[in-house]
Amino acid sequence: MTIDVATVRKVARLARIAEPEERLEQLAKELNGIMSWIEQLSEVDTDGVEPMTSAVHMPAPMRDDVVTEGGDPQMVLSNSPKRAGNFFVVPKVVE
Amino acid sequence: MSSLTSLTLKAALDGLADKSFSSVEITQAHIEAVEAARALNAYVLETPEKALEMAKASDARRAAGNAGPLDGAPLGIKDLFCTEGVRTTAASKIIGEFVPTYESTITANLWRDGAVMLGKLNLDQFAMGSSNETSCFGPVVNPWRANGGNAKLTPGGSSGGSASAVAAELCLGATATDTGGSIRQPAAFTGTVGIKPTYGRCSRWGVVAFASSLDQAGPMTRSVEDAAILLTSMAGHDPKDSTSLPVETPDFASFVGKSVKGLRIGVPKEYRVDNMPAEIDALWEQGIAWLKDAGCEIVEVSLPHTKYALPAYYIVAPAEASSNLARYDGMRYGLRVEGSNLTDTYEKSRAAGFGDEVKRRIMIGTYVLSAGYYDAYYLKALKVRRRIADDFDQAFEKVDALLTPTAPSAAFALGERSDDPVAMYLNDIFTVTVNLAGLPGMSVPAGLDGSGLPLGLQLIGRALDEGTLFSLGAAVEKAANLRAKPQKWW
Repeated sequence: MTIDVATVRKVARLARIAEPEERLEQLAKELNGIMSWIEQLSEVDTDGVEPMTSAVHMPAPMRDDVVTEGGDPQMVLSNSPKRAGNFFVVPKVVE
Repeated sequence: MSSLTSLTLKAALDGLADKSFSSVEITQAHIEAVEAARALNAYVLETPEKALEMAKASDARRAAGNAGPLDGAPLGIKDLFCTEGVRTTAASKIIGEFVPTYESTITANLWRDGAVMLGKLNLDQFAMGSSNETSCFGPVVNPWRANGGNAKLTPGGSSGGSASAVAAELCLGATATDTGGSIRQPAAFTGTVGIKPTYGRCSRWGVVAFASSLDQAGPMTRSVEDAAILLTSMAGHDPKDSTSLPVETPDFASFVGKSVKGLRIGVPKEYRVDNMPAEIDALWEQGIAWLKDAGCEIVEVSLPHTKYALPAYYIVAPAEASSNLARYDGMRYGLRVEGSNLTDTYEKSRAAGFGDEVKRRIMIGTYVLSAGYYDAYYLKALKVRRRIADDFDQAFEKVDALLTPTAPSAAFALGERSDDPVAMYLNDIFTVTVNLAGLPGMSVPAGLDGSGLPLGLQLIGRALDEGTLFSLGAAVEKAANLRAKPQKWW
C-alpha cells in the first residue's frame, strides 16, 4: 500500500479541501507514514468477529415524531456568513 | 484574595454555604487571577461581566435559601461546549466567530446547579491533538516548569486550557472532553485530577463533535472529591443524545473515602511498554504498593490486543471526524471564502478554515472510508475494536478495576514533538483503549519525576462503575499526599 500524489489529489477533492499542487508530495509522505504504522492491524485475527459500531449496549431509542421547536428564522440565520431576508445566500448551484 | 482561588471546589462550596465569603468575592478573585495569567493562554475568551452577573444571582439565590449543589462556584468551560450567546470556536478558524443560540446539556446542568462561568478555555483544534499546539489561538503553556529550567512545557491535550487553568488556580474546576485521552493525559501533565466517565454517562448534545462513538465529557479538578462533585452535576440522561444512557446518576462524592479493602486490582502486563521511563515504571510499582497497603488484592491480567488500540483508533476516529466535519462548508455559519463556483467555495473555505492536523485526519478518514478501502481499513478497525473491548470484559471477570500509568512521559517542551504525527499519537497509548471500549478512566496525580514534574496514574473501571474509581482514586490521592504546586512565574 502506498499513497501517491494522485491518490492524495483525489482524497483532497473528496474531502473538499483545496490543497495546492506543491503540498501534495509532502502530504503523501505524511499519510504514508501514518498508514504504514496502521498496517500492523493486519496481524490481528478477526475472523468471525462482529464489528463494534457502538460503545453502548442498548438499542437506539425511539422518540415521538413531533415538532419540539422551530419556526425561528432569526435564530437559525444569526450566524450566517451571507443572508437576504429570511434566506441563506449561497453560490449558484444550478446553471 | 489569592487564598480564595487556591481552595478546592469542596472547600469553596463549604465557605459559600457558611457565608465566609460571597460568590461575587470568590468570582472576583478568579477574574483577577485569570487576567494576571494571560501568559498561559489558557482562556480564549474571558467573560468577567457574565461571571459577576451570575455570581450576583447566585448570592441572591443563597440569601433566599435556594442554593444549588454548585451555587456560586466559578468554573472554566472548554471551548468545545456550546454556550448560548457566548462565542464557541473549537479553537478552529472554520467556526470563526460562531455565537450559539443554544446551550450544551452539560453546561446547562452546571448553571442549573448554580455554577458561574469565568470564560472559555483553549484546546487543540476540534480536540485533535495531545499538546494543545493545534489550536488556532496558539498553544497553552503548562504552569509547571522543570526544576531550574524555564522552557515552556505543554499542558497536554486536547483539554490543555482546562488542565492549565485548573493547575494554575484560574478556576475551581473545568469541563473537558476525552476522545482518546484528552482529559487524562493533560491531567497527568499538570498534576490535576481528570475523569472520562463511561460512554453515555454525559450528554454529547451541544458539544462540538470529533468522533461521536468515542467522545465523552468529564471534569478536571484539583482533588478526587471535586471531580466527583462536578461529575455528579454534569452527568444524567438526556433524550437529545440518542447514546445517552437512561440510568440514575449516583452521588459520586459519597464514594470518596470509602474503604477499598478487598477490591481486586488488575495490572495489565501489556502496559509495560518498551522504552518506558524508569520513573514511570517506579511510580506504577508505588501505586500498586499503596493499593496493597489499603487492602486491595493485586492480580496480573492480560489485555492482549493493547498494542493495536492506537492504530485502530487512528482509523475509527478520523473516519468519524471526516463525516462529522463535513458540515463545515461555509454556507450557514462560520468562515466562507468565496470561490468561482460552489465546489470551489467549499474547498477554499475548508482549506482556509481547518488547521493542518485537522486536515490530515479528515484526509485519513476520507481515504479509509473511500471505495475499495472500506473493508480493509474501517471494517477491520471495528473488528479490532471489538477484540479490545472483549479483552476488558475478560479482565473484569477477575478484577474490579485496573491500575496503569496515564501517559508514557511527563510534560514535554512545546515544539518538541510537533513534526512527527505518529510520535505525537503515542501519547495516548495507555488511555485510548478505554475510549474504544467505552469504559470509565481516571487520572490521579501520584508523584513528581526527577525534574519536579507531575506524573499520573490511571484507574480503569467497569462500565458505569465510576463510584469504585472515586474510592480508589481517593485512596491513591491520600497515599501520594502530594503537596507540590506549580511555582508562580506568569
